[in-house]
Amino acid sequence: MKRFPGSAQAAVGGVSLTIAEGEFFALLGPSGCGKTTLLRMLAGFETPDEGRILIDGADMTGVPPYDRPVNMMFQSYALFPHMSVAENVGFGLKQEKLPRSEIAARVAAMLDLVKLTRHAGRRPAQLSGGERQRVALARALVKEPKLLLLDEPLAALDRKLREETRFELVRIQQRVGITFLVVTHDQEEALSMAQRVAVMNEGLIAQLGSPREVYEHPQSRFVAEFIGGVNLFAGCVVGHDGRMLTVSCAEAEAMFAVEYAERLATGAEVTLALRPEKLEVSPQPRPELPNRLSGMVRAVAFRGEASSCEVELPGGKMLRITFPNAARAVSGLKAGDAVWLGFAAGASVVLPS
Amino acid sequence: MTKKLSPFLLVMLALGYLFLYGPIVSVVVYSFNASRLVTVWAGFSTHWYGELLHNEQIKDAALVSLSIALMSATGALILGTLAGYALARFARFRGRALFAVLTTSPLVLPEVITGLSLLLLFVALERLIGWPAGRGMLTITIAHITLGLSYVAIIVASRLESFDIALEEAALDLGARPFKVFAVITLPLIAPALAAGWLLAFTLSLDDLVIASFTTGPAATTLPMVIFSSVRMGVSPQINALATLILLLVAVVVIAASRLMKPKT
Amino acid sequence: MSPRAASAWRRWAVLALPYAWLALFFLVPFAIVFKISLAEQAIGIPPYTPLLALDQSGWHIQATASNYAFLLSDSLYAKAYLNALKFTAIATAICLLIGYPMAYAIARAPDAWRTRLLLLVILPFWTSFLIRVYAWIGLLKGNGFINNALLELGLIHEPLALINNAFSVQIGLVYSYLPYMILPLYASLEKLDWTLLEAASDLGARPLRAFLSVTLPLSLPGIAAGALLVFIPMVGEFVIPDLLGGPGTLMIGKVLWDEFFTNHDWPVAASVAVALLALLIWPMGKIRHLLVKGAA
Repeated sequence: MKRFPGSAQAAVGGVSLTIAEGEFFALLGPSGCGKTTLLRMLAGFETPDEGRILIDGADMTGVPPYDRPVNMMFQSYALFPHMSVAENVGFGLKQEKLPRSEIAARVAAMLDLVKLTRHAGRRPAQLSGGERQRVALARALVKEPKLLLLDEPLAALDRKLREETRFELVRIQQRVGITFLVVTHDQEEALSMAQRVAVMNEGLIAQLGSPREVYEHPQSRFVAEFIGGVNLFAGCVVGHDGRMLTVSCAEAEAMFAVEYAERLATGAEVTLALRPEKLEVSPQPRPELPNRLSGMVRAVAFRGEASSCEVELPGGKMLRITFPNAARAVSGLKAGDAVWLGFAAGASVVLPS
Repeated sequence: MTKKLSPFLLVMLALGYLFLYGPIVSVVVYSFNASRLVTVWAGFSTHWYGELLHNEQIKDAALVSLSIALMSATGALILGTLAGYALARFARFRGRALFAVLTTSPLVLPEVITGLSLLLLFVALERLIGWPAGRGMLTITIAHITLGLSYVAIIVASRLESFDIALEEAALDLGARPFKVFAVITLPLIAPALAAGWLLAFTLSLDDLVIASFTTGPAATTLPMVIFSSVRMGVSPQINALATLILLLVAVVVIAASRLMKPKT
Repeated sequence: MSPRAASAWRRWAVLALPYAWLALFFLVPFAIVFKISLAEQAIGIPPYTPLLALDQSGWHIQATASNYAFLLSDSLYAKAYLNALKFTAIATAICLLIGYPMAYAIARAPDAWRTRLLLLVILPFWTSFLIRVYAWIGLLKGNGFINNALLELGLIHEPLALINNAFSVQIGLVYSYLPYMILPLYASLEKLDWTLLEAASDLGARPLRAFLSVTLPLSLPGIAAGALLVFIPMVGEFVIPDLLGGPGTLMIGKVLWDEFFTNHDWPVAASVAVALLALLIWPMGKIRHLLVKGAA
């Protein structure tokens, strides 16, 4: 259990977090939200002005980085240029004053895990970006810390490598069973790797939950907009029958039927958040959908497996829709086409305004 | 992006180097002049080199200068590295502004001021506590260390500014204590800057006339002092020979040092 | 020990030695110089009156501003200061005019050439200062190289007075301090983002305009650093006016030397030093800021 009940610096407000052992956790947020400061506090490079950091029950708040059972994989990798790969990986073990044979064995095992055995004698300057990243990971993992911190691990990699590395990180984490905490501004990175995600904004945690929860059920406008694309409708409640909310939306010139269990007063202002893939688009009207709109396609972007298009409503509002290219009905969509849009009652999320 | 240099720039470069090296070349050329009248060419001769090698006064002075330079460069390196590290890494401490001023001032002050003030200090100290007893090699060395440390500090501070601090943090994170981090990570990686600093302090000491003249005593005559008194009386062919030898030595050292400091690929 | 206390202890362990050294061997001497500037010349060792004197009426402080009055009264000193400033200003400007194009050329040169070109600038810098000044004597004197060459070529019929005057001092100053101007200029230009010039060109600026609007302003810190690095030590320069100068080129550095070594008047020498220091306090403040921040 890693718990950090409250910590306060200008960069990080009151944050209270508990991370389970062996969990793959992500701290997600835009630059300046305080996630890096929080990371550094966990590593020991910054001290919280208030609050404590407990690791496995032990209070680590004032403990310097070299005495903590925490290790970090730096964003720039920070590999020691004057040492070989093996010496880099073994550096942490050397500080523990372990016998040489043990160090050699553990280094070899770790290099094998990250598939760098062939490069053991090379210098960092001779490696590619992806290889350097693996050295940085191996170096941090070999000490078997209670918590491994990863600072923007995929930021320096190109797109293809990023995907491969994502899977590999998850695989490695499951294999070694160490608690991983990834700090990133890339929501795709966080959602695809982590078991739980904390979304941070301006020094505070906006929402904490599994990737699916955070994506499908954002609890605030900020989270809805930050994670993935979203269409937002400003509306006003006109009726509630216990399970369904009827919302009048001026900018869409429509009434929406939305599933919502809690009671809301008539006249309350709400925001409906609708993910682009939940909005269905077709060249024909779709009377079977409870919420229907019509508009004109303004732009279509082909993205390989899916496409996204911008549709303008008669009132001027722009909506974003994504659809798989395999869907035959809409594969020929182009700018200027008139289309019908619709979404199911349970497809959108009601947010406080 | 590296397009060819414009003709104007090339001409300026050429003229500039001509200006810088012309006088030096003339000294070298005339060191081989058979005639005593230095500027009237009378034929090639290495006669003056022979005389130079038998010149006891110059040889003694060279020895004195070399010893002082070795000691003061090393002292300057140690103190300067500490000072440079403090300037670069310690963001705030009591008296930081004063420390920064103290460190960077010897660098720029006119040497007559530094020399005079140090001599007056030595005189006052001697009267107060009996040390240093008289002036000589020790006082010159102290003076040169003070001057050299300022140069080393700037070089080290500047090198540390561009040093990736993440490397030090990574080492701390992996369990190394701060002193260990400095010894095993920082020091090896800034070694070229340290070498440059030592070399600079060494050369400064070897070359210094003014400060040495103020802080010296009866028994310590440095090479620049000998050269100066000789040169005041006029141009001397032995001095030309000495100058050429010094030039050669410096050229060899500088070229060797630059080869050594080429980044290893 | 708490981590804060431990790191504070570590700091002082690093700082203690250099701080103490500099305080003793740099700061204290200035206090002493100031104190002696308030004393009077006396026979004996040391050749000045002590600050505290004991006589029938007890201890009292002996201090006098007579040395400063003397400096102000004798026009020799004022002339020497002004000469120093004049020569230095001119030499600094010339160093800039010669040094800037050179530094710029080196910064723009292809990588392979750059190291060699820099080395060629640094080499004279590492060679004996004294010898480089001395070299000019052989070139400039009445029967020196230049005069002989000009006479041989029939361009002149009598040797020109090239030495022991303002001309030779000026040349000596520029010559000796040129590397000190080139290096900081180069350091500043080397860091320049050359794509800015490309952007300017793309937007329609001709090379001269691009230089004036982009390169020059951005290299201003380097210019300031070079100018100060040259100006401050040059003002108190002694060797060059001594070897290459004459009666009309008295500079304050030489005055200080003569007061001390020839006249054995330590108090006056001290007051000359204090006055010179007062002059340099402001530029020294500027250079400190530039040096530590990394213009060099």
